[in-house]
Amino acid sequence: MKFAISDVITITKRQLLQLVRVPEVLVFSTIQPVMFVLLFRFVFGGSIASGQPGGYVQLLMPGIFVQTVAFTLASTAIGLAEDMKKGLIDRFRSLPISRGAVIIGRTFGDALLNILVLVVMATAGFAVGWRPTSGILKTSLAFLFLFVFGYALSWIGILVGLSVKEARTVQSVGFLVTFPLTFLSNAFAPTTGMPRALQYFAEWNPVSTMVAACRQLFGLKNQFGATANSWPSQHPLQTSLLYMVVLMVVFIPLSIRKYKNFSS
Amino acid sequence: MKSVIAEHLVKTYRKGEVVALNDLSLDVEEGTVLGVLGPNGAGKTTTVRILATLLKPDSGHATVAGIDVIKNPDKVRELIGLSGQYAAVDETLTGWDNLVMFGRLYHLGRQPSIDRANELLERFDLTEAARRPIKTYSGGMRRRLDLAASLIVKPKILFLDEPTTGLDPRGRQDMWGVIQDLVKGGVTLLLTTQYLEEADQLADEIAVIDRGTVIARGTSDALKKQVGGERLEITVENADVAAAQEIVARVSGHSTHLDLRTISAPVQTGSVALMETLRALDDAKIHPLDIGLKRPSLDDVFLSLTGHIAEETVVEPAKKKRGGKK
Repeated sequence: MKFAISDVITITKRQLLQLVRVPEVLVFSTIQPVMFVLLFRFVFGGSIASGQPGGYVQLLMPGIFVQTVAFTLASTAIGLAEDMKKGLIDRFRSLPISRGAVIIGRTFGDALLNILVLVVMATAGFAVGWRPTSGILKTSLAFLFLFVFGYALSWIGILVGLSVKEARTVQSVGFLVTFPLTFLSNAFAPTTGMPRALQYFAEWNPVSTMVAACRQLFGLKNQFGATANSWPSQHPLQTSLLYMVVLMVVFIPLSIRKYKNFSS
Repeated sequence: MKSVIAEHLVKTYRKGEVVALNDLSLDVEEGTVLGVLGPNGAGKTTTVRILATLLKPDSGHATVAGIDVIKNPDKVRELIGLSGQYAAVDETLTGWDNLVMFGRLYHLGRQPSIDRANELLERFDLTEAARRPIKTYSGGMRRRLDLAASLIVKPKILFLDEPTTGLDPRGRQDMWGVIQDLVKGGVTLLLTTQYLEEADQLADEIAVIDRGTVIARGTSDALKKQVGGERLEITVENADVAAAQEIVARVSGHSTHLDLRTISAPVQTGSVALMETLRALDDAKIHPLDIGLKRPSLDDVFLSLTGHIAEETVVEPAKKKRGGKK
């Protein structure tokens, strides 16, 4: 058990060390979300009537936060697939280390990277006028939600990475999954304008419930998500929490089992 | 004592469609080097992966240091070192980072990991490159670092899967030197290679495998003898060809083969026949341009054992199998 923890720490440290050795990775994984903040804030922000005090950026920031942590799914999967391709996973598996340490370490590494990215984005958001009004406690809770959501998704990423194996395919699969999920949601525009069928999807979409939950926690009226009386848009916090628990309960054991039985 | 034993290993992919190993058995005596020689797709990597606990065979049995690799993989992992076809290290990190990380994963303490990393970098002539990312290393340097990573806990049993594939001649020579030093240090080594010369250089014993099974086994000398004895080969001036041919025929007692100015014939007595020929040539005042005993190369061995040349088998089955491995 003592070794299991130290194995996980070693693997996590390896990933952080990568960021030190190749700082470009960190730069580019933060540039994209910052660019999104600026684009949406200044390109669309002017023409979208948000009806919020403080303007569109108040609604936008939670959306971009969620979108960014959702991409953890892809980045975990890509990182794992690359390690596999290079034979690094084989080497790890030939070592007397605890089962699961390699993938648990990876999810931790990606989670820590997420913290950094969220800090950078929050700073960028603040610079363009985003102001949470709910107080430090609820704001922190929102970030905790974001962090855990990203962590849960990164376990799906593990399963995708182990199943697809080819980094480039993984990248495509990652985008194929995360783009519709993040755009078929209330993240950037109200769901009310969508066709009926899409509305249902968008309302139950975990991205929407997360966005709605964050908006609520940041002290906004939950207006972009709320249509009709759908349960998830009425109870975004509970729904999001439920999603996160379900994701982890399902995907952590699945991924660990897949890794243990994995033989290329 | 046998350090490595594989018995009747069978491994198929795609529901039996691709047979990677077909009843393969081999063993390695403690402290010796077994060279597993075969073309691409013969099953070399699959064998190593099973012995190194990375892959479970469909059937068969294998032990490393007396421990069952299927039932007790964790125990086996503590004893072996594995270095594969690709340099399986983190390319974004430096050589030093990698070795320290692997030291930690072998559960050496922090300082012992650092000391061991420095020691190995020094030993493999990588000290200068220690602080550079692996990405910047040459092929030979990567392989040496990869090998170093497999030596962190001084394993008694080492698996090297095609350690020099893709290296330039210089890199290959360096690698051979490193491996020879290891062997002197007493490790038991199972080495796969598609280079006949490499098996000849490094291995005490050679197992030739083709299509997932061992087709011949023995020392390099024994294998060569199996294919046929030595041949006397002599090259003379054009004017002397006829006379020399007569002498060679008399000494060998067999018919000669002529290729331009080079005459060859099988001989049983080796160096005695060589001396006899030289004396006869001298008496006849013929000065050979070149004379020697030629033993069959391992290429000849492969050809006579399998009926096909090693490299030619690569095309179809190998591709299929490689696909199957993924």
